[in-house]
Amino acid sequence: MLDLEFMRLAFAVGAVVGVLAPAVGFFLVQRQQSLTGDGIGHVAFAGVAAGYLLDVSPVLAALVASVLGAITIEWLRTRGGTAGDQALALVFYTGIALGVVLVSVAGALDVNLFQYLFGSILTVTRGDLAVVVALGAIALATMALAYRALAGVTLDEEGARVQGLPVDRLNVLVSVLAATTIAVSMRIVGVLMIAALMVLPVIAAGRVARSMLQTLLLAVGIGLASVLAGLTISYYGDVPPGGMIVLVAAGCFLLASLGGPLTRAR
Amino acid sequence: MAQTVTEKLGRTAADGEPAAVDLRGVTFGYGPGRVVLEQVDFTVRPGEFVAIAGPNGGGKTTLLRLALGLERPATGSASLLGDPAHRCRRRAEIGYLAQRPTLGGEAPATVREVVAAGRLAGGRLLGPLRPADRELVEQAIARVGLADRAGSPLRTLSGGMQQRALIAKALAAQPSLLVLDEPTTGVDAASQESLAGLLDELHRELGVTILYVSHEFGAVEHVVERVVLVRGGIVFDGSPRDLPGLWHDPSHHHA
Repeated sequence: MLDLEFMRLAFAVGAVVGVLAPAVGFFLVQRQQSLTGDGIGHVAFAGVAAGYLLDVSPVLAALVASVLGAITIEWLRTRGGTAGDQALALVFYTGIALGVVLVSVAGALDVNLFQYLFGSILTVTRGDLAVVVALGAIALATMALAYRALAGVTLDEEGARVQGLPVDRLNVLVSVLAATTIAVSMRIVGVLMIAALMVLPVIAAGRVARSMLQTLLLAVGIGLASVLAGLTISYYGDVPPGGMIVLVAAGCFLLASLGGPLTRAR
Repeated sequence: MAQTVTEKLGRTAADGEPAAVDLRGVTFGYGPGRVVLEQVDFTVRPGEFVAIAGPNGGGKTTLLRLALGLERPATGSASLLGDPAHRCRRRAEIGYLAQRPTLGGEAPATVREVVAAGRLAGGRLLGPLRPADRELVEQAIARVGLADRAGSPLRTLSGGMQQRALIAKALAAQPSLLVLDEPTTGVDAASQESLAGLLDELHRELGVTILYVSHEFGAVEHVVERVVLVRGGIVFDGSPRDLPGLWHDPSHHHA
């Protein structure tokens, strides 16, 4: 399987995605914003469509669209007087609607588009890998540096405000990290399922871990394992990688839920 | 009690330290016709231990939010540690115990992780905790008697212990002003007594200014110097001994 160039590329990109998605998702889940990733994913789809239309890299266009969408969600949530789920719904549906219209205008309503929606292991190029590794490294380094601050704000946002911490800027940072993750991950997992990889490993880890840091590290482990296992099954079973990765992650959650009460009782 | 207050006042005058909280002629409402507080004057001097109580909806939480600069008064002025409250430059000195912190949501935050978050404003924001900050975190945990539970997830502890952990988080900030918003929610009577004892110790030994907000005075009535009753405005402000009888809480009798 690894003799094939495309599989090596898929595994390399997948490894980055498997680590990055749960790490960013950790902070979203903590803030009870599990579905934010999904909202951003739909905006990323509009970005892909715009990329087709303008003849620029769909990944790059998705990155720009995702960041804009993420900041819009955060702005609506905190300033616009909109409830969190309404802000999300607004961005979510505008994104997918814009995507459909743009795709149709670009005349790209074809099989290529499916790769972005559901993920594909055949299409990862060396250029993609370079972009994914570079963006992934920046995102992970940023998270490592800001971990305490981000975790502290999720524990007690109002307390952080009282103490004069830059809460709004940290919230925007999480949104931008989420947007970057989605743009980076969509080739492998697809925009419709990337949010699952951000959320499922985290809630699975939360069932068995004994600290926040342990939850984060375990979630990254589960994410990575899900991607590698999902890609392997996808290769041999000829099924879409995105779906398989998410199913493996969901299986991990099920296992953790069954085992969780046992470990917690100790 | 009165003597203690006088001594503190004397020290404050000598140091020229600004009031911890100073509200002057403050009126505030959520929209027209929904005035919550009217013409409130309220000052907390450095070193005071003040309990604010009142019925739910009476405006005590609003009073606290105005004092902390989380809301701006419609009329009047609010200052916090010598600055206009909404742009206070000494926020890192405030130890704050929120009414309902999320305590880690899905992830099981340990006592140590929660307390370390209290060190963010006073210490370094980015990168790992410095050894000196780590030391302060451990001291704060020991101070509230949770040294042997430092690595335990908060959600595995009793309500009283969780409360102590949150106080340790506030203490890790090395506060000059400690603010507690409804700290006794979900805490049994015995733990409330021990919480009051702990606050009394902190107040006397560290000289920290304490602002305690609750729907009832409960156990702290016996350790505070000053109680304030809020119901659309301040309806009582004085020594707990002068408190109208019906506001005494029968569940916390002291000999």
